[in-house]
Amino acid sequence: MIFTLHIWRQKTTDISGDFVTYQVDNIDDDTSFLEMLDQLNEQLITKGEDCIVFDYDCREGICGACSLVINGHPHGEKSATTTCQLYMREYKNQTELWVEPWRASSFPVIKDLTVDRSSFDRIIQSGGYVSVHTGLAPEANNTLVEKHASDEAFNAATCIGCGACVAVCPNASASLFVSAKISHLALLPQGEIENENRSRRMIKKMGDEGFGSCSNHRHCERVCPKGISLQNITRMNRILG
Amino acid sequence: MLNSFEPNGPLESRWKKHLFDLALVAPQNRDKHKIIVIGTGLAGASLCATLGEAGYRVSSFCFQDSPRRAHSIAAQGGINATKNYQNDGDSVWRLFYDTIKGGDFRARESNVYRLAELSNNIIDQAVAQGVPFAREYSGYLANRSFGGTQVSRTFYARGQTGQQLLLGAYSAMSRQVESGRVTHHSRAEMLEIITIDGKARGVVVRDLVSGELTTHTADCVVLCTGGYSNAYYLSTNAKGCNTSATWRAFKQGAFFANPSFTQIHPTCVPPTVENQSKLTLMSESLRNDGRIWAPKKIEDCEKNPADIKEQDRDYFLERMYPAFANLVPRDVASRAVKHICDEGRGVGAKIHGKRLGVYLDFTDVINKIGLAEVEEKYGNLFEMYERITNEDPYTTPMKIYPAPHYSMGGLWVDYNLMTTLDGLFAGGEANFSDHGANRLGASALMQGLADGYFILPQTIANYLARNTFDNIDEHEQVQQALDLVKDRINKLMHAPDAQYSPEHFHQKLGKILWDACGMSREQARLAQAIDEIKALEIEFWKKIKVTGVDKDLNQTLERAGRVADFIELGILMCKDALNREESCGAHARVEHLSPSGEAKRNDEEFSFVAAWEYQQDEVKLHEEHLHFEFIKPTVRNYK
Ligand SMILES: Cc1cc2nc3c(=O)[nH]c(=O)nc-3n(C[C@H](O)[C@H](O)[C@H](O)COP(=O)(O)OP(=O)(O)OC[C@H]3O[C@@H](n4cnc5c(N)ncnc54)[C@H](O)[C@@H]3O)c2cc1C
Ligand code: SF4
Ligand code: FES
Repeated sequence: MIFTLHIWRQKTTDISGDFVTYQVDNIDDDTSFLEMLDQLNEQLITKGEDCIVFDYDCREGICGACSLVINGHPHGEKSATTTCQLYMREYKNQTELWVEPWRASSFPVIKDLTVDRSSFDRIIQSGGYVSVHTGLAPEANNTLVEKHASDEAFNAATCIGCGACVAVCPNASASLFVSAKISHLALLPQGEIENENRSRRMIKKMGDEGFGSCSNHRHCERVCPKGISLQNITRMNRILG
Repeated sequence: MLNSFEPNGPLESRWKKHLFDLALVAPQNRDKHKIIVIGTGLAGASLCATLGEAGYRVSSFCFQDSPRRAHSIAAQGGINATKNYQNDGDSVWRLFYDTIKGGDFRARESNVYRLAELSNNIIDQAVAQGVPFAREYSGYLANRSFGGTQVSRTFYARGQTGQQLLLGAYSAMSRQVESGRVTHHSRAEMLEIITIDGKARGVVVRDLVSGELTTHTADCVVLCTGGYSNAYYLSTNAKGCNTSATWRAFKQGAFFANPSFTQIHPTCVPPTVENQSKLTLMSESLRNDGRIWAPKKIEDCEKNPADIKEQDRDYFLERMYPAFANLVPRDVASRAVKHICDEGRGVGAKIHGKRLGVYLDFTDVINKIGLAEVEEKYGNLFEMYERITNEDPYTTPMKIYPAPHYSMGGLWVDYNLMTTLDGLFAGGEANFSDHGANRLGASALMQGLADGYFILPQTIANYLARNTFDNIDEHEQVQQALDLVKDRINKLMHAPDAQYSPEHFHQKLGKILWDACGMSREQARLAQAIDEIKALEIEFWKKIKVTGVDKDLNQTLERAGRVADFIELGILMCKDALNREESCGAHARVEHLSPSGEAKRNDEEFSFVAAWEYQQDEVKLHEEHLHFEFIKPTVRNYK
């Protein structure tokens, strides 16, 4: 297969970037989107040019590193999928693809397709944990957890912290990400006690980091590769009263 | 002489006794000590959380953009503990026994017993943090059985156990970052250890965004930098996993133990294109219910599996190992699969002329427990498989093939998890400690967390309490370490005849290692591989081409540095494999296999840990002899 790629190139955070057009050919159906970019980078090395920088690590949809907007869609159009899980068989031969980084002021572009998501870490640091001391935990089965609650907590906990929800939101809100962590811990007896305090601190931090607030556009749930549900935002709002 | 500082006496009381003998640092003195932790996967994050909470000043580093993305996040299947919730006769002793036997009698009894002892506390800790392990309708924690054992002792969170455990450790660490006791640096790669008066006292780090090099000093340094399976190029590890930190440590005087002990995991998605960038693991838990088979006749290999009659299918693991059947340990299963494919009975796409795959079939279990329950157990794994292959495992059997997955080898450590370089500790997959020649499923997460939450915090305190630390910020060694790194980067950026990318060299190295030092090894081939890799090394430094500049985010430069270290490690892996004239666990020397293909150990001559010392472009072997006081080494027999 052959593709025309328009890729966002930006040297540093302060210098504004632009799309550069590249041609790739000889792409196999079973080649992944990122492998196609690898192949392009190999060509760039041959030509002596600086490679296109993009984040990735696991390449199996779990680490949350990969983060490309493809033809306007964070993680591409396929639902419940991270960028690294896209295969070229999902695209028609000879299509044009526009590839950009996440765009949100709280995720400044570092270079090319890479953004700085450390604001997410700082939100977790502000309260996304249970305040338990290492070594003092009670016997695990002393606290029973109702299976349904445990499953729901698990579903919320599968957030990979990729930031697609922010990238797609007109307000650049991190509500889905924040509410996923708040819900995960709120649904478990271990985390419930600190609910209110935790939620207030995390929401405040979200604002301080420059993320907008939620006004129900609901795009986030659609692009989330892990299917994190909007119900988490409802639950978070309930906790905040 | 290598001294492992193992305590003696009854096994059950060794760790307790040792804890009592370890010196403590008084709470009010703890913030006078600074500790550097490289790597924030399960081992590193849990260590940072615990040290921070204890009151030490911790500086941590990882190369990803967040600690939450460490490779531990990808672990699927589960974590072992001896809770015996299923009342199936499990105990600390049984987990200890299984691990020693599973490791084919090449691990230290004291360490392994301690690991088994600590396993329960890990589960308590994780549950208290809010790790959502699978539960039964009663609200109690659920368990399943996992490769190589006959009890259900594995705790799991659907197919994302590593993710949930890492997020637990990451959240505990984040709490300490908020408290100010842990200072974390993401997108930062450690490139050298600063050694002063024979002690590890700091590191040189490259800021991966700006390319700036900085030095950091401390009282001691801990490496929790993961494993080196990516030496093979294609593996189940995340793309960034590398050996650079452990290799730098080796070159600064830390011994490297059992480098050839690498695990090839039997259940991975076979490669489908020749230019593939990585392989994906299908959790071993699938072997609990899936049945592995291959066509009996070569001419059936191209057929649709549905058209192959029951009597023409060879359920070879069930045939060869009736007692353990599809649950034999990983090395045994991998070799059997390779054997079938070498006979020409593989299925799936042809890669370099050979079909590399066998079926893993769920028809029987779907008929037995129903689709819904199978989906509950394996839904996300099936989905993962379908995404990659475009085939539906509910209706068409999966295809699987072995892939490099875990490195049992690593930095040699004593019972305190300290390397032979004073003040340099290693935890998690980066050390060699507990898995011998083969790791059992669901035991790496356990080991990483035992190291980080429970062992290292105590042994590091002991080291701090028993040593004095001068201020070394102005020491000339600090500048020398920095210069060493600068010089290396310079060489990578400006090769005399720059032509080829890091990938080019990495793929070549991977192919040599996979052929010579993979699932089966042979004297002549290993010797030849050493020559080939040495030639590759020379070519690398002549022809490596890194575009862009070094004072910038430059992933090509990052990769080039890692490949350079993999090449050197590759030589040591082959040397170690060549030296070990026996088969044990994952190390299968064709000269030492029984007629039915099973590993033949040579306990007389090789019941030791091979610890390699770097000496100016040569390596020297030290043997740590293993003593089995409690379990008599027997022939591993899974028939
Ligand atoms: C696909 C897969 C599935 C698995 N499933 C299971 C399972 O079900 N059960 C089980 O028990 N085990 C499993 N394992 C094994 C287990 O996941 C790993 O052995 C374990 O997570 C390793 O943890 P770690 O903390 O030692 O290292 P890692 O999680 O690999 O972390 C390494 C850390 O070191 C950092 N680092 C490395 N080098 C440098 C450097 N030079 N400078 C700065 N930072 C550096 C990285 O950024 C990272 O933070 C699985 C492994 C794979 C590949
Ligand atoms: S909520 Fe979904 S989209 Fe947002 S960070 Fe988590 S996984 Fe990514
Ligand atoms: S690279 Fe890890 S989720 Fe995509």
